[in-house]
Amino acid sequence: MPSKTTNKKTDQTTGRTARQLLPALLAALMLTATAALAGKHGAVIEEGKSLTFDRKKGNCLACHYIAGAVSPGNIGPALAGMKARYPKKEDLRARIWDVTEFAPEAMMPPFGRHKILSEDEITKITEYIYTL
Amino acid sequence: MTGKILAGVLGAACFALAPAMLHADPQSDLEVYQRFFKEKYPDIPFTQFADGAYALNEQMRENWEAIEEFPPYGPFVDSGERLWAAPFANGKGYADCFPDGPAMQHKFPRWDKEQGQVVTLSLALNQCRETHGEKPMKYKGSPLVDLLSYIAYQSRGKKINVVVPKDDPRAMAAYQKGKDFYFTRRGQLNFSCAHCHFKNSGMSLRTDILSTAVGQTTGWPVYRSKWGTAGTLHRRYTGCNKQVRAKPFKRESEQYRNLEYFHTHMSNGLALNGPAARK
Ligand code: HEC
Ligand code: HEC
Repeated sequence: MPSKTTNKKTDQTTGRTARQLLPALLAALMLTATAALAGKHGAVIEEGKSLTFDRKKGNCLACHYIAGAVSPGNIGPALAGMKARYPKKEDLRARIWDVTEFAPEAMMPPFGRHKILSEDEITKITEYIYTL
Repeated sequence: MTGKILAGVLGAACFALAPAMLHADPQSDLEVYQRFFKEKYPDIPFTQFADGAYALNEQMRENWEAIEEFPPYGPFVDSGERLWAAPFANGKGYADCFPDGPAMQHKFPRWDKEQGQVVTLSLALNQCRETHGEKPMKYKGSPLVDLLSYIAYQSRGKKINVVVPKDDPRAMAAYQKGKDFYFTRRGQLNFSCAHCHFKNSGMSLRTDILSTAVGQTTGWPVYRSKWGTAGTLHRRYTGCNKQVRAKPFKRESEQYRNLEYFHTHMSNGLALNGPAARK
């Protein structure tokens, strides 16, 4: 984002008034902001994806099929259509945090309750899984 | 979601095992566990469970049969045969402790009334040595694994028949402890042995097919490609404990001997087929 002084300078050199410039400036600002936000969200999803695949982190592929993944296990259900199954994202997160609250006999590790992953890592994984 | 339905059904099936877990009645446990696998795998002949994961997957089985053509455990058996025959310093030898000869793996693990503990084959070999003034062997690597390999080879075909004397409450307690071990969730990952080897047997954990609990004790020692050598059942216990990020117990500890007692009892009726080769 250009600093105030450069703005002024531009004003002077082009001879345009601030009033003329404002709409264009605002539009440019908004564009950068949205791109930054989308970029940030995209980065979270990417991070979530590598945490999901990392054998020392989520290692979710040990048990779950995820489209495109190499040699996944089949102990848990395939992770797909998540938005339809969990209209509320926090319901998905709760299962990753501790699935045994919902299925007491399930073999899935309680990633949150046993502090296998940090809260932040679970949030990022949830963001990624929610795109499936 | 067939995966979900399957997981649900298996979950329910395992849950059904739970009531039987409450009272230690070894005989009815045995029936419940063996029936569980017979019903889960109606097309697999019961004797085949002794082949571990290879009982459950045709392709893996073929690869394995090819490996068995040139058994990687051969040198361990040969070395064990020499060790068995070599006399102790006092002129005696293993044959003095085991008068029926080396084909005696099926007599272990056994409850020893005098000692009041489960005696495994490894422990019995060391007790024999100590009786004759020899130092006990380490519970790892050669010479123990070699001796066990030779004994296993000689014992092939003998049927597992672990006895839990009902009139000895200490034996029943040891059995119960082994059973609790098998069904208790442990480690940061929170799985019990049963999670992997009952309801999820036959399923893929990444690229591993999980073997059935029944049949897991027939083929020891096992030559594992991953180890690059032959190892004992207790070494495998250590590995399966570490896998769930639990602290393993010592080989031949009371915990593992009790586990072996329960675990081997589950396979009563199956024929010994060690040493075996595994990936
Ligand atoms: C050791 C096996 C295992 C691992 C590792 C594992 N899961 Fe699971 N997961 C399961 C099983 C089994 C179920 C089914 C639970 C039930 O409903 O009985 C399950 C269920 C789920 C569900 C609910 C699915 C549904 O159909 O509603 C979600 C979401 C999930 N897992 C996500 C994950 C994520 C994300 C990871 C990694 C961070 C992971 N799982 C790791 C075994 C595993
Ligand atoms: C996280 C899953 C998991 C848990 C929990 C687990 N195992 Fe295993 N186990 C495996 C895998 C994977 C293998 C290798 C494939 C196979 O043979 O089943 C294996 C193999 C074995 C074998 C070797 C079988 C053979 O034919 O060579 C034995 C014995 C065994 N496990 C016993 C146990 C015992 C006892 C426990 C509990 C203390 C346990 N396992 C817990 C995953 C597990």
